[in-house]
Amino acid sequence: MSTTGKGVWNKLQSPSTRYSVLTLLGIGFIGGIAFLTGFLGELKATAQESFCISCHEMRENVYLEYKNTPHFSNKSGVRATCADCHLARDLAPKLARKIVAVRELFHKVKGTIDTREKFLDHRLTMATRVWGEMKANDSRECRSCHDAKAMDYAKQSRRAMQQHIRGDREKLTCIDCHKGIAHLLPDMKDIDPSAVIGGHI
Amino acid sequence: MKKNTPLFLLGIVGCLAILPAATSAGELQSLRGAREITSPSQDPEVVKLIPDQKPIKRDFVQQPPLIPHKIDGYIIDRNYNKCLSCHSWANYKSAGATKISPTHFIDKDGRELASLAPRRYFCTQCHVVQADVEPLVENTFQPVPAIK
Repeated sequence: MSTTGKGVWNKLQSPSTRYSVLTLLGIGFIGGIAFLTGFLGELKATAQESFCISCHEMRENVYLEYKNTPHFSNKSGVRATCADCHLARDLAPKLARKIVAVRELFHKVKGTIDTREKFLDHRLTMATRVWGEMKANDSRECRSCHDAKAMDYAKQSRRAMQQHIRGDREKLTCIDCHKGIAHLLPDMKDIDPSAVIGGHI
Repeated sequence: MKKNTPLFLLGIVGCLAILPAATSAGELQSLRGAREITSPSQDPEVVKLIPDQKPIKRDFVQQPPLIPHKIDGYIIDRNYNKCLSCHSWANYKSAGATKISPTHFIDKDGRELASLAPRRYFCTQCHVVQADVEPLVENTFQPVPAIK
C-alpha cells in the first residue's frame, strides 16, 4: 500500500511528458474557476433565508418572531434577513462561522431543540452565546448597515439621541442595549432582574 | 285538545321564525355598524403616534401618567418587560426616565413587596400612548384647577 502511495506521489512530483505547460495551466485555470464558482455559490446559497428556514427549528421559532419586527417590515422597505445580522460579510469570519455551523448540524440530528418546549429551555443559552459574539466583535453585523459615523443623532428622537450619546460615552456596543429586537427574549431574570415579573427592584 | 296540539306547535314555530326578522328590522345596531356578522369588520383607522416628547401633565389627580413616546415593538411578556428596562428603580437613573411609582409595589392585600406587584406588571393596561386624533365623544372636560 505504501509503495503504491509512493508511486503516485513520485508521479505527481515528476514533470509531465504528455501535456504542454499551457494545457496544464489552462486546465488548472478552468478547474480553479469551476471550483471557486461552486464554492462561492454554495456559500451564497447557504446564506439565503430560504435555506435557514428550511429547518422547522428556525421557521417555527425565531423566524415567526422576526416577522413581527422592523427588520422584516418597516416604512422604507429595506429588509435585513438572517444572514445580514448573523453572518459576517468578510470571507474569513464568514468561513469561520460556516465551520462552527457543524455544531448546529449535530444538534439538528440530535434533536436538541426540535420542539417549542426544548427550544425555550435552550433559549437563554443560545441567546447569550449570540450576544457574546456580537459584543466581542463590537456588533460588526449591525454596523454593516447602521454605521455610527453615518448616524445623525440630531435627527433622532429625544430619547434615542440621549441614549446613543450615553452609549458612546460609556463605550457600549449596539447589542448592549438592543437585545431582543428581532426575536423574543428569553427569561431575563438573570440578565436584568429589575425588568421581569417578580424580580427585584 | 289533543287534536289541536300539532297546530298549536306549528303556531309557536311560526312565531319564532318571524321574531328575528322583526328584531333586525328595528333600530338596533351593533358597534360594528350595519355589517353582516359574516362580513369582515371595518379596518381600524391607522393613526400616527406622536414622536417622543417631554412628560405630559395629568388631567385629573388619579390619572395614570400618559406615555409620551412611541412603544412600537415593546414587548411585555412573562420573560421580560421592555418598559422596565428604563423605568425600573434599578434603571431609571441611567436611562433618564421616570421611575415607577411606589404604589406599584403594593399587592392587592396591601402588603409592601420588594418587587413590582404582579397586578401592576402590564403597564399598558393603564398607561397609554398618545396620537393626535379627535376625541371619540365630544366633551367639555376640564382639568381640576389644582393640577392645571
